[in-house]
Order: sequence, then structure tokens, then C-alpha cells
Amino acid sequence: MKVALFVPCYVDQFYPQVAIATLELLEKLGVDVTYPESQTCCGQPMANSGFEHLTHGCNDNFVNNFSGYDYIVCPSGSCTLHVKDHLHATNETAAAGIRKRVYELTEFLTDVLKVENLTSHFQHKVGLHQSCHGQRGLKISQMSELVSAPFSKTEKLLHMVKGLELIKLSRTDECCGFGGTFCVAEEAVSVKMGIDRVADHVTHGANYITGNDMSCLMHLEGILRRQQSPVKVIHIAEILNAAE
Amino acid sequence: MEQKIQDHAILADKFNKDIPRVDWHDKTLWFIREKRDKAAWQIAEWEELREAASQVKNNVLDNLHDYLLEFEKQAQQNGVTVHWAANAEEHNRIVHAIIKEHGVTDIVKSKSMLTEECHLNEYLQQQGITVVDTDLGERIVQLAGEPPSHIVLPCIHWKKEEIGELFHQHLGTPKGNADPQFLTAAAREHLRQRFMTSRVAITGVNFAVAETGEVVVCTNEGNADLGVQLAEVHIACMGIEKIIPQRKHLGIFLRLLARSATGQPVTTYSSHFRKPRPGQTMHIVLVDNGRSERLQQESFRNALKCIRCGACMNTCPVYRRSGGHSYHYAIAGPIGSILAPGLDMKKHADLPFASTLCGSCSNVCPVKINIHEQLYEWRQVLVKSGHVSPVKKAGISGMAAVLSRPGIYKVSGAVGRWFMKYIPALVNNKLNPWYKQREMPAVPKQSFNEWYRQNRKQNGKQS
Repeated sequence: MKVALFVPCYVDQFYPQVAIATLELLEKLGVDVTYPESQTCCGQPMANSGFEHLTHGCNDNFVNNFSGYDYIVCPSGSCTLHVKDHLHATNETAAAGIRKRVYELTEFLTDVLKVENLTSHFQHKVGLHQSCHGQRGLKISQMSELVSAPFSKTEKLLHMVKGLELIKLSRTDECCGFGGTFCVAEEAVSVKMGIDRVADHVTHGANYITGNDMSCLMHLEGILRRQQSPVKVIHIAEILNAAE
Repeated sequence: MEQKIQDHAILADKFNKDIPRVDWHDKTLWFIREKRDKAAWQIAEWEELREAASQVKNNVLDNLHDYLLEFEKQAQQNGVTVHWAANAEEHNRIVHAIIKEHGVTDIVKSKSMLTEECHLNEYLQQQGITVVDTDLGERIVQLAGEPPSHIVLPCIHWKKEEIGELFHQHLGTPKGNADPQFLTAAAREHLRQRFMTSRVAITGVNFAVAETGEVVVCTNEGNADLGVQLAEVHIACMGIEKIIPQRKHLGIFLRLLARSATGQPVTTYSSHFRKPRPGQTMHIVLVDNGRSERLQQESFRNALKCIRCGACMNTCPVYRRSGGHSYHYAIAGPIGSILAPGLDMKKHADLPFASTLCGSCSNVCPVKINIHEQLYEWRQVLVKSGHVSPVKKAGISGMAAVLSRPGIYKVSGAVGRWFMKYIPALVNNKLNPWYKQREMPAVPKQSFNEWYRQNRKQNGKQS
């Protein structure tokens, strides 16, 4: 099984430890992982701003980098969903193949690798932020709006981590307010949403806020640090790879 | 002269100047969202019910022409006069002509988002007609001189103390009395006089049954019934998408409507108006106002399935924290943001961007409108049609250029991180909206790409 590691651009630039953890975790699980070095971005920042028509160059580059693999794995639900829903390129056959083979990290672990136990250890109280695109888009977990049986691929994995205590939240799947360019275009509402999300985790005793998307966590981290809060954010890959 | 409308972000920023109020607004609406969840969970087949509603509405949209003609024929056989209005102006003229024909200057109106969409009240006032909105929430915003901020809960942004003060000023209730029961009684007494004297009553329409020619109006206050039963003339105004094929389909929609809207099992009154009683005349005004055009747009047509329950507003984390008026359109929130640009792209170009695309709206929608996907599609249409600022266009074009070229991307990333690290004031300043209330991410010593080259390539691993 040949797997390509797809690293979101902002993770590459600002949170390399998340990509390193993803790579190490997949390797620990015996996966043959390749990192195509000329990758840049999935094109979502342009497309969500209304400029999908300007993503051709970006998309062609994506297809050039990620063709020929059995799976493409990404530590972000949002970028994965964007590729699944909107990747179109000059080589449309290759693009269609990629759309089918791209997986967010946790769904790859539970659905493809069928991971049932992990050796990771993380002795902390953790709040799970369910990022919307992974949850509602990729259906990584049950959604509070729907009358359907509960499940959560992310929580299933977190329960395998020794020492980890998952806290309960008042609002289990409310958006954090990041929203791509929304976070600056609608600064006031974005920040208020983030403050409210952070408060839900903090009042329920979280030492760490984790999630499948570093973009949401970057926004929440910005708020926590401005509040000088001791609570930290940590990507789920870092927890699943942790052996403290 | 038309007033320049401020965009959603600016109005939302103003709303957020009063944080305790934002918290109160958010919690009030979240409470209704939770009530909706409880009500939905009472119905084991809830998701099947949504699917059924969606399919009935799809069928209606596919066969709208035939259903409308069937409805018209049935309604006429019932003794109802049916009018067709191509747009808001024509609708307003038709309604005014009926009122004028009866020589009436004071009328009552129960809740109708269509008449809000058409600005009927303003139009009639200009013609010297006094309209009294009889839904309590609508009467409150009418007395305050404001549009509704929510389609089901028009005055959800008002606190009871403020309503007490408003009633003190307009209805002469004692100053400082904010007891909801007392204020409701005062409003009832005030409205009762209007009901008794009004010879024309306007209602909206929740469902129009093609099979029977009847219209169904759902209220909790019975104000539609009281208005119609006491008036000589009943005018029911509806958008052409309100059609359902048969009476039996109400079994789907009435179960979904109130549960989605407020968490009630059913509205207190679901009133069927089929024919005028002896001596009364009944008119139905069927309004297009952009709907036919919408029907032709594959990406946007299913927004016409909307039954105006407001569930998408209650669940929307942006709506709850920006208030209905920040959407500057008769219908606020997610559904308003996909309807409004269809009527006037330039005026409402900001609304599809007033969302994080979290998708909660589509999940609560009882007729399964893909609201968040349409918000995305509207963004594409708006930008292509030129409704975008030059600054944003330049910024995104630059971003697209960098991200298409791996070499330039790597260099730009390294340069950007270098500046952030050594000259942080370049980004940590008041011109950066991120930094206003959030810290920037700490700059790592190298990108993942750099780390990989250093740590993995040396170990013999090739990409």
C-alpha cells in the first residue's frame, strides 16, 4: 500500500510538528508513506472566497504531486473535504482518482487501517473540538442536528490513548468561527465564536483542546494565548503519536 | 434616495459591541435549537420525514406550472378570486386595489414573510392605508419602527424590559412593568379593537393545496383566524413555491414545521381557508418575484423548497452572534443569505460570505435544502459577476499565483516566516484583523518541507 502524505499549507509553514507526528504515526503503523515535496495547497482558501476559477494552477500542481498512490492521507478534515468535493484539473481522470482516494487521518486509521489499539500515552484532560468540515462534510462523527445513532471515529481513537481523559462539552459540535477568510472578514463574529468555544472547554476542565483540523485550533490558540490561558491546543496526530 | 446599506461584517461588529447582549441572544436561540432537537428525537422516523418532505417539494418544483394551474382552478371553483403578480410592485398594487375597491383605510395583517419581502406595509402606508400587524412579535417591531429580525420570532432581539418600555410609550401601560403576561394582555386588548373594526384582513400562506384550492395558515396566536373571521375581505398572499400537491402531504409538513421552528409538536392553530363564508370575499395573490428565474438555476432552485421554519437561523452560530438585522434583508440567517442575492446581487453580495460554511443549517433544514453548499456556489457567482472588492481580488489572485508554483511557495513561506519572526510588528499591528483579538501563531524554526529534506532525505528515503 503506497500512501502519500498531504500536508496542508498552513501546517507546513506554521505547525510542522503536526505533519511530523502524522508521518511518524503512519510509519509506526507500518504504512509506506511518501511526502511529495512539490505540494503546496488544496486551493480551498481561494475557492471558499469565491475564486474557484483561479484554482486551476494549484489543482494541476496537486494532481501532479498526488497521482499514482493507493491513498492520500491528510491531517485535516477541511482540506480533505475540499479535495473530495472540488478538485478538478487538466487531467480530470487523475483528479477523479484522487477525489476517491483522499482520506482525513482519523478516518484513514479507523476505516482503512482498522486500528483497534494504539501504544500512545497522554495523561491529560482533553476537550475535543469537532471541526465542521470533517464532521459534517466527511461524516467523521454523528452530528447533533441529526436523529441518528451516535458514533465518532475521532473519539474511538482517543479512547485508545492511555491516560487520556476526554471531557464533556455543553455544545458538542458548534463551529469555532475560523471559517477560512471568514476569520478576518468577519473578525468580530469569528472571535466571539472562538471565545465561546474556548470557554466551553475551559469551564469543563480541559488542559488541552484537540481536533482534526489545525486551522480551527490555530484560531482557538490565538484566543487562548491572548487570554494568557494555560490551556493548550494540540492536533490529534500529536496525541495519537505521543509516547510520554 | 436609497440609503447605503452597511455590510454584514460592519453591522455584526456593531452588534458585538454589547457582549452581554450577544451572549443573551445566542443563548435564547440556542435554547430553541435544543427544543427543536428534543422534538425531533421524539419522532423515530424524523430523517425519513425530512426526506419525504424534500421529495414532495422536489416534485412540486418539477411540476410547478401544472400544480399552480390546478390550484387556481380549484380555488376559483371555491369562489376565490386568484391574482398573479410577477413581482413585488405588482403584488403591492393588486393588494392596494382590492383594499381601495372596498373603501377601507385600516386593515389587519397576520404574519407573512412574503409581504415583508415585497415591502407591502411601506407601500400601503404611502397610499394612506394603515396596516396593523397582529402577530404579537410583529406588532412589537412595528411599534418600534423596525423590520423583524427573525422569520418566526420577529422580536427575538428585544428584551422584555424593553418591550415594557415600548408598550408604555405606545399603548400607555404603566412604566416599569415588564411582566410578559401583563404585556401580552395589554397587546391583546389593543389588537382586539383593531380586529373588531377592520373590514380587510391580509394573511400569509404556509401551504397551498393544489388538489383542493385551499390555503393553510399556521399561527400560535390565532390572529390569522380572528382577522379573517371578522373581516369582509380576506386577502391571502403567497409565493408560488408554497404549493403542495395534496392535502395528505400536510401530514408530513405540519409535523416538521413547528418541531423545526420552535420545538412544539404542532402550531396551536393550523387553519384551512378554502372558500369565503357567505357575504365575504376571498382573494389569493400568487407572487413570482424572482422565483421562476430561481427555478431555472440548477444550483439554487432547491432554495425554493423552504417552508420558512427558521431552524437554520436558530442553529447558525453566526446568526446567533450577529442578530437578524445584520443581514439587512426581510429573511435573515443562512436561508436569507441564499435567497437575497437572487433578488439583488449587488445589494446582498456580502451575505453568502457571512458564514463559516459549517453546514449545521443544512442538517436542521426540514426539507433538506443544501444551504451551505449554495452559500459556496453564490460566492463563485458573485465573484464572477464582479461583486468583489479590488483589494480582495488582488490578494486572492496573488495567493493563487504563489500556490500554483511550488518553488515560489517555498521561498515566499520562508520569507514570510522570517519577517514574522524578526519583524513581528509587520503582522502584529492593528491593520491585521487577526491580531486585534488573537495572537499570531508562533513561527517555527523550519517548515515541514525543510524538516523533511533535512531529516528524511538524509536517511535515504526518497519521495
